[in-house]
Amino acid sequence: MKTTFEPSPEMIRDERIYSQWGLTDEEYRQISEEILDRLPNYTETGLFSVMWSEHCSYKNSKPVLRKFPTDGPHVLQGPGEGAGIVDIGDNQAVVFKAESHNHPSAVEPYEGAATGVGGIIRDIFSMGARPIAMLDSLRFGELDNERTKYLLEEVVAGIGGYGNCIGIPTVGGEIGFDPVYKGNPLVNAMCVGLIDHKDIQKGQAKGVGNTIMYVGAKTGRDGIHGATFASEEFTDEEESERSAVQVGDPFMEKLLMEACLELIKEHSDILVGIQDMGAAGLVSSSSEMASKAGSGLILNLDDVPQRETEMTPYEMMLSESQERMLICVKKGSEERIKTVFSRYELDAVTIGEVTDDGQYRLYHHGRLVADLPVDALAEDAPVYHKEYTEPERIKEYREMKAFEPAVDSAEETLKALLQQPTIASKKSIFETYDSMVRTNTVVGPGSDAAVLRIRGTRKALAMTTDCNARYLYLNPERGGQMAVAEAARNIVASGGEPLAITDCLNYGNPDKPEVFWELWTSADGISKACTTLGTPVISGNVSLYNETNGQAVYPTPVIGMVGLVKDLDHVTTSEFKQAGDVIVTVGETKADFNGTELQKMQLGRIEGELFDFDIEKEKAVQNNVLKAIRSGWVQSAHDCSEGGLAVALMEAAFTKELGLDVTVDMPKEWLFSESPSRFVLSVKPEHVEAVAELFESDASVIGEVTHTGIASIKTADEQLECSVSELKELWEGAIPCLLKSKV
Amino acid sequence: MRFAVIQFPGSNCDVDLLHAIKDGTGEEAEYVPHTADSLDGFDGVLLPGGFSYGDYLRSGAISRFSNVMSEVKRFAEDGKPVFGTCNGFQILVEAGLLPGALQRNKQLHFICKPTELKVANNTTRFTSEYAKDEQLTIPIAHGEGNYYCDDETLKELETNNQIVFTYASENPNGSVADIAGIINKKGNVLGMMPHPERAVEDLLGSSDGLRFFQSMVKNFAKETADV
Repeated sequence: MKTTFEPSPEMIRDERIYSQWGLTDEEYRQISEEILDRLPNYTETGLFSVMWSEHCSYKNSKPVLRKFPTDGPHVLQGPGEGAGIVDIGDNQAVVFKAESHNHPSAVEPYEGAATGVGGIIRDIFSMGARPIAMLDSLRFGELDNERTKYLLEEVVAGIGGYGNCIGIPTVGGEIGFDPVYKGNPLVNAMCVGLIDHKDIQKGQAKGVGNTIMYVGAKTGRDGIHGATFASEEFTDEEESERSAVQVGDPFMEKLLMEACLELIKEHSDILVGIQDMGAAGLVSSSSEMASKAGSGLILNLDDVPQRETEMTPYEMMLSESQERMLICVKKGSEERIKTVFSRYELDAVTIGEVTDDGQYRLYHHGRLVADLPVDALAEDAPVYHKEYTEPERIKEYREMKAFEPAVDSAEETLKALLQQPTIASKKSIFETYDSMVRTNTVVGPGSDAAVLRIRGTRKALAMTTDCNARYLYLNPERGGQMAVAEAARNIVASGGEPLAITDCLNYGNPDKPEVFWELWTSADGISKACTTLGTPVISGNVSLYNETNGQAVYPTPVIGMVGLVKDLDHVTTSEFKQAGDVIVTVGETKADFNGTELQKMQLGRIEGELFDFDIEKEKAVQNNVLKAIRSGWVQSAHDCSEGGLAVALMEAAFTKELGLDVTVDMPKEWLFSESPSRFVLSVKPEHVEAVAELFESDASVIGEVTHTGIASIKTADEQLECSVSELKELWEGAIPCLLKSKV
Repeated sequence: MRFAVIQFPGSNCDVDLLHAIKDGTGEEAEYVPHTADSLDGFDGVLLPGGFSYGDYLRSGAISRFSNVMSEVKRFAEDGKPVFGTCNGFQILVEAGLLPGALQRNKQLHFICKPTELKVANNTTRFTSEYAKDEQLTIPIAHGEGNYYCDDETLKELETNNQIVFTYASENPNGSVADIAGIINKKGNVLGMMPHPERAVEDLLGSSDGLRFFQSMVKNFAKETADV
């Protein structure tokens, strides 16, 4: 028989073993002197180390998160539960959240991405909602090395492998490429669910004597310390963290999801609370459920279903084995619960009960192995107010002369831009995802936002993820505003009214004042935009320590936004519909080149002061676009973003391979400016007057859609003529070509 | 007409078939669990797409042993209509109700997109509402849809007019002879990789699949009227 050696409490103190698990000396002192008044044992130290990790406690980011507006008349559930919930009328609501799985994906990309998808889906159905769609926001290094290609291919395969199997359509997202993400890719997954108000659940364990049951997959040794792993940065020396990555089983999750939804829909009389066992597994779900309800808890670990032999309490409590849920049910209803789960060939096992003394007690082999105040674990992690300083580069950028691109030939520049992987078509990737299963997808991947109808109504939901991190790198505050604005622009262009956002805050090491400054000031920008646009932050997650060998990623707060399309007739897509339609640009184009795709392409880096942005102006423009769409005047609407007007025009022309004949009174370079708050619309000739009147000076007629298949764009100094199908081939071929080419 | 939509553990297009029947044709449809031991009272059986048992083994290889499958076989032997799409097709092949096998796509990865299909045989009870050689837009969504059979079987399929759908413009997965869907000799068991149930509303991109189910309903009505 194997015996596991566990250091004594004294050894943990004397040899500072806690520090290997991420606890600081001061935190350890607080635990032993202020909370327990004794030395914590091995198991207890482990529980504190994960519950007080940044990933679970948000100890470094809480002061940042407090800045966000989280309320609104339509918000039914803000941050703090598995996911946020927003009312959409008719006693229905939309539930959504995004979460990062960056570190696991850097180490084991297939399983890292797959379990990221699995985890966020559980967050949604644990609220009682039927998951209806997935989106993924990904960032990688440049596709110029085998490692990055491998990461991209495996992450994409992992997302598809999980989502396709469980049968939730993957309908959108975005993928960006910059060298800073080479060692630390970002894998953020967002799930959207639909719920009737009456089915809304909470993760709570209340009612003395009520039963705690464990459902789903058995517990193994996988993913132990995943939460602390996510709260550390990578170095080449620490390559051996592999055991921290979990393995996903989408088939198991499909069964678990259907069983839980049946439980919620049909047995709400005996269900008290339900929560996903996500990061920090059993300890986090159980202690949070008890703490939220002001209860205590007793768990008997001998009853925890185990996949491996001789597991210690420490291992069981910290395991991040996937596809597990914890439920609290009324005492005496256990058999009914078991019957429900057995129909799905799943076990439901009683592992503990609710108490009223606020203590968290674990028994193993008849011994009390942990006895802690539950709030100390779930609520009382210290909160740090980190120092912050403006990075040197920002000062330098302010003094730099604005970047002036050198464009000899607009045609060549356009061709080159269309092949930049961030701009190039992601079709070859999206096609590996089932985007249609459950037959609600009205607009799938590739348009500005995805749109899913709500069966049995005239309503639909528009959803998108966005973040141009280059803008944030130059100016986190303004860039933060622009990330929210772009998401809203995509929702509006699709005919939706922005409702709320979820965010994944991906940053470097917060112990560096320059990194924390990025986090701190970008939160101001996000908050300002959310307040102005009326889209509160209802859920989200923070991923810090995204660094490799001291190189932080760009500040990347991925914004996931959902909007309500009030009538299916308003659903609008980005592609031009027919020849003869008039092309209208909304918003003003200026010489805005710092931080653009063009600057990156020409200089190999981004720099300088970020151009101006006015959120009030943005709001006014968006309101009018939505008004025009709802009036039935808009044939197509497309957000103008990376690559500027020329790229936006081409993207609109590609789907149907229509032509366009456009004249703009500007230098050719400006075709690639990324001035914010712009749309490209196409409207029928009979609606041009109404549109012009609505937008006044904000809109300009620049030409028309033709049937020639030729893109003709006249600027002040160059007339560009190219074949749309030829450009489309370049745009669609770029990523498959980069993936196939050998370096 | 009353349809059974079989639910295997891991089926995920069951809901789409149910809606295609109920909302598309206005007929009745009900879920039937894989554990069921009777199909009494049903006039048609539908095997949905998805990942039954996770498809961790060869697709459909475990589901064919489900309790309900012996009933499905009996149902087919009685000459009643059985239709399998995607994973349902894979199960029918594994169960020996249709010839051939489905291999991994030639690209070796999952592919989901609308495809152009040709109606190669419009004389079946599933396709009588289509014109011969009519082109349809119907989506595919599979990783193992590359139909294979040996030359002898292919000849037999051709001779007996058992190839019902072929990929018209582009063969998306490497299937032998561009085969997208086949029928058994008797003409009452049809399997295809594309999803007609995903193409029953213009709102979602195509309604070309609707006449597939309408064919089933009309032919059933005709048969019952003849009796």
